Amino acid sequence: MKQTAGQHPNRRPYSAAVPGEAAALRPPSFLFWSAVHVLCCLVSAALGFRFSRLLFLLLFSPASHHHHLHNHHHHVHPLRQPPAAVIPFPPPPPPAVAGRVGVGRHGIRVRPWPRPDPAEVARAHEILVRLQQEQRLRYGVKDPRPVIVVTPTYARTFQALHLTGLLHSLMLVPYPLTWLVVEAGGISNETAALLAHSSLPVVHLPFHEDMPVLWNDRHRFEARMRLRALRVIRERRLDGIVVFADDSNVHTMELFDEIQKVQWMGALSVGILAHSAAPDATAKRQQRASEQETSPLPIQGPACNSSGQLIGWHTFNSLPYAKKAATFVGDGVTVLPTKLEWAGFVLNSRLLWKEAEGKPNWARDLDEVGISGEEIESPLDLLKDASFVEPLGNCGKMVLLWWLRAEARYDSKFPTRWVIDPPLEIVVPAKRTPWPDAPPDLPYQTIANEGGHVEKHVSKKVRSSRSKRSSHNKKKHETHVDTQVSEMSGAQEK
Amino acid sequence: MGSGIWVLTLLILHSVFEGIAGQEQELNHRTERISGSAGDVLEDDPVGRLKVFVYELPSKYNKKILQKDPRCLNHMFAAEIYMHWFLLSSPVRTFNPEEADWFYTPVYTTCDLTPSGLPLPFKSPRMMRSAIELISTNWPYWNRTEGADHFFVVPHDFGACFHYQEEKAIERGILHMLKRATLVQTFGQRNHVCLKDGSIIIPPYAPPQKMQTHLIPPDTPRSIFVYFRGLFYDVGNDPEGGYYARGARASVWENFKNNPLFDISTDHPTTYYEDMQRAVFCLCPLGWAPWSPRLVEAVVFGCIPVVIADDIVLPFADAIPWEEIGVFVAEEDVPKLDTILTSIPIEVILRKQRLLANPSMKQAMLFPQPAQPGDAFHQILNGLARKLPHDKNVYLKPGQKILNWTAGPVGDLKPW
Repeated sequence: MKQTAGQHPNRRPYSAAVPGEAAALRPPSFLFWSAVHVLCCLVSAALGFRFSRLLFLLLFSPASHHHHLHNHHHHVHPLRQPPAAVIPFPPPPPPAVAGRVGVGRHGIRVRPWPRPDPAEVARAHEILVRLQQEQRLRYGVKDPRPVIVVTPTYARTFQALHLTGLLHSLMLVPYPLTWLVVEAGGISNETAALLAHSSLPVVHLPFHEDMPVLWNDRHRFEARMRLRALRVIRERRLDGIVVFADDSNVHTMELFDEIQKVQWMGALSVGILAHSAAPDATAKRQQRASEQETSPLPIQGPACNSSGQLIGWHTFNSLPYAKKAATFVGDGVTVLPTKLEWAGFVLNSRLLWKEAEGKPNWARDLDEVGISGEEIESPLDLLKDASFVEPLGNCGKMVLLWWLRAEARYDSKFPTRWVIDPPLEIVVPAKRTPWPDAPPDLPYQTIANEGGHVEKHVSKKVRSSRSKRSSHNKKKHETHVDTQVSEMSGAQEK
Repeated sequence: MGSGIWVLTLLILHSVFEGIAGQEQELNHRTERISGSAGDVLEDDPVGRLKVFVYELPSKYNKKILQKDPRCLNHMFAAEIYMHWFLLSSPVRTFNPEEADWFYTPVYTTCDLTPSGLPLPFKSPRMMRSAIELISTNWPYWNRTEGADHFFVVPHDFGACFHYQEEKAIERGILHMLKRATLVQTFGQRNHVCLKDGSIIIPPYAPPQKMQTHLIPPDTPRSIFVYFRGLFYDVGNDPEGGYYARGARASVWENFKNNPLFDISTDHPTTYYEDMQRAVFCLCPLGWAPWSPRLVEAVVFGCIPVVIADDIVLPFADAIPWEEIGVFVAEEDVPKLDTILTSIPIEVILRKQRLLANPSMKQAMLFPQPAQPGDAFHQILNGLARKLPHDKNVYLKPGQKILNWTAGPVGDLKPW
C-alpha cells in the first residue's frame, strides 16, 4: 500500500485517541500536549538526540532480547540518564481500540547474526527439489519413455573434455537412461575410467577397428559404429527413444523433454558450430556477405510448410566453407558436418526390433541395412520413405542441440587418465612450451603445402629438446630455421 | 433367485460409485476442494438467493467523476466502479425496490486522484454523506432501516474511515451514517475501529487481463524459494523506519538481504509476474495498511502467500480457509522467517500448492470483465446472501431514529 501526500507533519508520539470522546476534551488536552511536545523538542535539541526513543527502549522493550532499535542515533547509552528536569513522557495509551497491534513507531527487529544457516539452506533446497519433482509429475510429460543414448567415441586428447561434458548432461536427464558407448579401437581403460564417473547404466561396446584420420572417412566410420549400437538395441530388445549424442555435441535439457513426443521417427533442428577459431579478414568479409543471405548460424533440420507438415530438409551448405574445410583431425580449421547429421534424428527403438506392435512398413529391416558395402549417411537411409519423419521442436523452429567437432591433432599425446605420473623432468618457460618429444612432421602437411608454408609451420611449432636453447632461439628463430629443422630431425632419429 | 438379483444390483451400484469416487480422487490429486467456515460456498450461485436494488444517483456521483479521471479504472480501488457496472446488468438486480433484499448506492468515493494517481480521501466523507442524504429524501428505504439493508463499496485504505494515515483514520472512525450499513471493503484487521462487524472483505482490484498475458508454462520449475519486490523503507514519509509497516518490512530487509534463499529487493523488474510464477513463497507484508494486491497476485500465480500482518482479516474469510492456503507469520517472528519457512513439512507445502491450483480459488480473487461465475463479484453477492434474512429489529418502528445526522467532524457536515 503506497503512501505519498507529503511528509507526515509533526506527529504526536501517541496514537489512538478514543474516538468520540476526543471531540469534547480536545481544546485543553491539545494545548497541554503541544506544550509538552515543545518542551521535549527543546530538551532533545539540548541533548542532541531524540530521547523519546531511549525512553521507549527503557520502558517498553519486550522480553525478547533480540529486539534492539535500529537507529543511528542509537547505539547510545542505555546508561545515560536523561536529565532529571525533564517531564517524563507519559506512556502511549494502551491501544484499546487497536487490540494487540498499536499504531506508532515500532522497533525494527534484527537478530544478532542475520546470516543464513547452512542446514536451513540445505533443507530449503530439498524442499525445492521435491516440489519440482511434483511439478514435473503434474505438468510434465505423462508416461515418460526411457531414453537410449548412442555415442561413438575413441580414446584421444579431447575425449575427456567431450565425454565428461556429455556425461554431465546425461546425468541431468530426468528419465530412465541407457547409454550405449561404442568405442573405436576396442575397449580402453581411458574410456572406461571416464564412464565410471557416472552412475548411469552404460553399455560399453567395442568396435575393433581404429578411427580413421581423415574427416570424410571418419563420418562414415561413425555411422558404422552407430549401426553396431542399433544392432545391439535390436538384439537386446531395448525399449525407449534412441538419441544419437556425439560426445562433442552440446545438448539442452529441453531436448530430452521434446523427444518424448516422438512416435516413430523424429527430426530436430541442429545448430552447426562451424566457424573456425581465428577468423581472418577474408573470412569476415565472406561471413558478412553470406550473413545477408542466410541466418548467421547454419542449421540442419526439418523444413515445414505453414500447416506444420514436413516438406523437406534444411541441409548444410558447405560451399562457403569449401576452401577452409578440415581434411584431417586436428587440422586447426573448421570441421564440416555432412549433409544431415545423425544427431538431428531420434527413433523409437521399436522401429529397430524384428517384430513390434504397430511397427510401420516404411522402415527397413535393420538386418538389410549396411550389408554389402552400402553407405549409410544418415538415419534416413534406415527408412524406405522419408516423408513419415515427424518434425519436432515446434516444427524445427527450436534449436535444441548444437553440433561441434573440436579435436587436437590426431597424434597429440596426453597423460594417461590425465594423471601426471611421474612428474615432468623438464621445466620449460611459459611463453614457449616446447614439448619434450617433438612429433614428426606430418606427411599430409608436407604433401599438401609448399615450402613457404612448411617454414611458417615449423617456426610456429619449433620444438627443442634442450630448454636452454629456447630463450636464445626465440629471438633468432627466423634465421635459424634451417638449423633447427635439421636439429629436430636429428633428435628424431635418436 | 430374488436375492441373487439384489446382490447383482448392489455389486453394479458399488462399482459405479467406486468409479465415480476414483475419478474424484484423481481430481483431488491435482487440486482440492476449498471450503471455509461457511462450508463449500465458493462456487455457489447467488442468482435467486437475493435481490439487489441499485439507486439511480445523478451522474455527479459516479459517471462524471470517472470521466474526469479515467485512471480510476486501473488502480487497485477500481472494484467500486466494476461492482457498479456488474450490478447494473446482473440477474440479481431488481427494478422493484419493494422486493429487494439489499440496496446499493453507486458513489465513487475513491476516484479523486492526485497527479501521481493516489486517491485523496478528504472529500469522500462529504460525498458519501451527500449521497446518503439524497437517497434518504428521494426514497423511503433508507429511513425504513437507517441503512441496515444497504451496502456500500468502500475500497480505500482504511475503508469507511476515509483517511490514508492510520492514526487519523482511527480518530475519525467509520463514518457515522454508515454505522448500520454493510460495508464491502478491502481493509480488514481484527479489533480495529475501521472494521465493522459484518463487513465483507474483498481483494483489491488487480487487472486480470494483464496477469493472463504474463502466464508461463506450468512445468517451469519453481526455483526461487522466497520472492518479494517492494519498498522496505518509505523514505518519503518515514525516513527513520519503524513506522512504515510497523517495522516489519525493514526487519525483513535487515535480516534477509544476504540470504540466498530470499530474492527480495526494491527493483521493479519487467518480469515481476513471471518471477512470481517461479517462486514457492511470496511475501505479503503489510505496508501503510495491512492489505495489498500482492495477495491476489500470489494466489493467481500459484505462489504460497506468506502474510506478515498481525490480526489481518483476509478476503472472503468465511468462504476461503486462508490458514490452510497461506502461511501466517507474526510480525515479531520475522527474524525467524527462514527457520519458519524451511521447517514447514513438505506435505503441507504440497497441499497448499494443490489448494492454490484450484481454479475456483484464483477466480474468486479476480474482477474479470465481463463477470464470470465464481469471481469476486459473485463472492460478494454470496456473502450478502449469507447474511439474509434480515433480522426483524432491523426495521425501525415509525418515528424511531438511531443515527445522529450531526455526528462526526465539523468539516464533514459541509455539503458536497
